[in-house]
Amino acid sequence: MIPAPAFLSNPERFMAFSRWAAPLFGAIAVVLALLGLWLGWSAPPDYQQGATVRIMFIHVPAAIMASVVYVFLAGASFLALVFRHVLADAAAEAAAPLGAGLTLLALVTGSLWGRPMWGTWWVWDARLTSVLVLFLFYVAYIALRASLDDETKAARAAAILALVGAVNLPIVHFSVTWWNSLHQGSSMFTPGALAPVYARPLFLMMLAYLSGFGSLWLVRIRGEVWRRRADAAALRAARA
Amino acid sequence: MIDLDVGKYAAFIWPAYAITALAFAAMIAGALNHSRRWKTRAEGLSGK
Repeated sequence: MIPAPAFLSNPERFMAFSRWAAPLFGAIAVVLALLGLWLGWSAPPDYQQGATVRIMFIHVPAAIMASVVYVFLAGASFLALVFRHVLADAAAEAAAPLGAGLTLLALVTGSLWGRPMWGTWWVWDARLTSVLVLFLFYVAYIALRASLDDETKAARAAAILALVGAVNLPIVHFSVTWWNSLHQGSSMFTPGALAPVYARPLFLMMLAYLSGFGSLWLVRIRGEVWRRRADAAALRAARA
Repeated sequence: MIDLDVGKYAAFIWPAYAITALAFAAMIAGALNHSRRWKTRAEGLSGK
């Protein structure tokens, strides 16, 4: 068993921790989002993109979180599959619908930005296609878990699928450098690539999305713990 | 000063923000409903 903080390895301690951490992360997310939106909408229109630069403040964090959440999903799946960690499977199952939602949001808001800037809603470009594949992996994970009645088998099969899907993550990240892509390269983590007037609100929105996801993830893991307790109680009642 | 005038791009920017708000509302409602439903069920079955 790998070492893990006590509040993550023990369901009782996790429930005690998440009871106050989930609303705290949610409140931090709201404050950061309000600040980020205020700064973002106070920034001048970009000299090339014009006012559509406002879409960047909601699109870029969603796109980054789409991959970050999959890293959490794959990591939790690995812990569940190899080490049979108590809460890891619940964490993986809880992350999937949130990751799917954020990935879909990245695709839709990106399309709404692409139409006025590129002149098209969609192109089968390496970045866009690899993000679509990422979304399909989320959907497949959710569908696979729902399709098998045996929860142990469903968890194992879904964990293997999640680990296979992790191969797509470097493709998503490096797609703009490996291939000629209509999508622009990374600017958020490249020093000097983004003017501070846009970088500050974007960074705040990134932190808001991260904190918001953290809050919702904890709430969903709590729901999974309750669901498993309910299933165990129903089984005990049926045997009695 | 906040500038809400997005000119000719309004048809793209406002829907992007509206869809983002709806998506987050759905994710928040989904997470809270999921947690509350199973908490109620678990407590009912365990007799709490």
